[in-house]
Amino acid sequence: MSRFLELNELKTYFPIFLGTVFRRAAGTVKAVDGIQLDLEKGEILGLVGESGCGKSTLARTVMQLIRNTGGAVYLEGRNLSELNPRQVRAERPNFQMIFQDPYASLNPRMTVHDALAEAIQTRGKLRKAVLTQKIAELLTTVGLPPNQMRRYPHEFSGGQRQRIAIARALAPEPKLIIADEPVSALDVSIQSQIINLLLRLCRERQLTMIFISHDISVVKYISDRIAVMYLGRLMEIGPAAAVVETPLHPYTRALVSAVPIPDPIRERARQRIILQGDPPSPLDPPSGCVFHPRCPYVKEACKRARPALEEKLPQRRAACIRIGEI
Amino acid sequence: MLKVILSRFLQLVPVLWVLLTLTFFLTKVVPGGPFSAERQATPEVIAKLNEYYGLDKPVWEQYLAYLSKVIRFDFGPSYTYQSDSVTEVIARAFPISLQIGTLAFLIALLIGITAGTIAAVNKNKVWDYFPMSLAMVGICLPTFVMGPILALVFCLQLKVAPVSGWYGLDYVPLHPAVMPALTLGLFYAANIARLTRGGLLDVLNQDFIRTARAKGLPDHQIIFKHAMRGGLLPVVSFLGPAFAGLISGSFVVEKIFNVPGLGQEFIKSVFNRDYPLILGTVIFFGTLIVIFNLVSDVAQALLDPKSRRSP
Repeated sequence: MSRFLELNELKTYFPIFLGTVFRRAAGTVKAVDGIQLDLEKGEILGLVGESGCGKSTLARTVMQLIRNTGGAVYLEGRNLSELNPRQVRAERPNFQMIFQDPYASLNPRMTVHDALAEAIQTRGKLRKAVLTQKIAELLTTVGLPPNQMRRYPHEFSGGQRQRIAIARALAPEPKLIIADEPVSALDVSIQSQIINLLLRLCRERQLTMIFISHDISVVKYISDRIAVMYLGRLMEIGPAAAVVETPLHPYTRALVSAVPIPDPIRERARQRIILQGDPPSPLDPPSGCVFHPRCPYVKEACKRARPALEEKLPQRRAACIRIGEI
Repeated sequence: MLKVILSRFLQLVPVLWVLLTLTFFLTKVVPGGPFSAERQATPEVIAKLNEYYGLDKPVWEQYLAYLSKVIRFDFGPSYTYQSDSVTEVIARAFPISLQIGTLAFLIALLIGITAGTIAAVNKNKVWDYFPMSLAMVGICLPTFVMGPILALVFCLQLKVAPVSGWYGLDYVPLHPAVMPALTLGLFYAANIARLTRGGLLDVLNQDFIRTARAKGLPDHQIIFKHAMRGGLLPVVSFLGPAFAGLISGSFVVEKIFNVPGLGQEFIKSVFNRDYPLILGTVIFFGTLIVIFNLVSDVAQALLDPKSRRSP
């Protein structure tokens, strides 16, 4: 039996053109560059990384909103990247996405009822009464009163809108959900409600989820495993608690060290690893290990060959040649 | 909503009053009079005519007399068509302009929205550049160029429509309104196409369109159900004044195809200094423009749920 979701050397490149009349290729941005990843059914994978590291592009590529340049996405053994647009659409009810900005991701001219009805009916037409019943159930599931289904998105608060967005994603009864920074546009007090809602829904319905965030503490709380991304590549992947508490890769260490500790005594002792410089341009990534220009442990060998994502400890993989030494 | 519509209707009164007053005094400032061109008439006859129509009185007295008649919806007699009142002239000429204008409006909508949508969906591809450059040509070509070109092709070469005139033209397959309507319609279609493309592209770039795509909706549903509602707003605000302009008749197009519509009557009335007819048509146009602006505002409000009160 194959894995539930498998990303095999997934690549998404964007060609960059210069000039309007005489267009010429000026290079490619390797937004997602060879991602290898498996997910079990019911697993929650947290994906972290800095802005611009390709998290959202990876999410959209898995969703096939952007078609991949190379590699493959296997969902329950079927290769999504080989399907034509019509076949992809037929598969869409199985994998749904929750977007970052609940203010922009809902059509302002459709009532909640209409937006959900449309999503439910991607699985086939239903009678009105059945449909309304289903919508009411969905709203109850996400913690909204069903009598508000005739309202428009602008009549709800940000947290409520994100609940609507979650209801919308659940509507076609998907098996996989990709949540692209679903809480970063929300107030901190609302964030925990939404995260708990997502966690509960995933556990109850055996949903598989890829949860994208740049907030490591949020990801640690919700995920079974964490994958760390840098410049379109995976740096480290492993069980959530282990990755955060004993990070292997130097980049993960820097990320984890940036998280404040809610305990003043330990917080004072916290040593921050401050990375030098900005992430390099994905147009012209560094040779060898993409992290080497900013890595505090850099050696000559790091500049030459790109390290593979290898199993360094049981269940823990990292892409770094110096893990034993540092 | 009803309150807004009513208050807008009441605004019609001061708008029309300002319009009427300005036009009235402007016509008086222009030298000459309605009867100065009639060379055969002796000065005594002209004086008699002026006296008959009250044109010998002080201007403010004429103004008050006119205003008091207008309030009773009496726009007076036409000086040019001496047997007809202004109301009768408008009643005769307006239906012709209305037919041409409505047909032109439908042509403009059909071609404009279709072309704009095709262009927006195929952004920066051949099927965007092609209709959009045609639209640019359509905007740049004045009707007095477009009209003769169309007349040349359809009337003289294909012989499917009459070259000019309105009455007694049953020997050609197409109604005499078609050619003038096409000339006008293509010009407006070009504008609508550009507005449609712009509006749709604005909406198509928004996040909820990506949501709709991720939901797994088919493309036609994304465009017609999600994008059109917001994307056509700029078109809707353009349509109100455009419709008013179209049905009130275009002098140029009516002249080219020699159609006795309201546009021609209006320009002729200015040349003839037919004061009551000038004022009558100005008030008529003013009313049309205000009403259709209101209609397009209401339509816009209906398309935007935020301006509606929640049920």
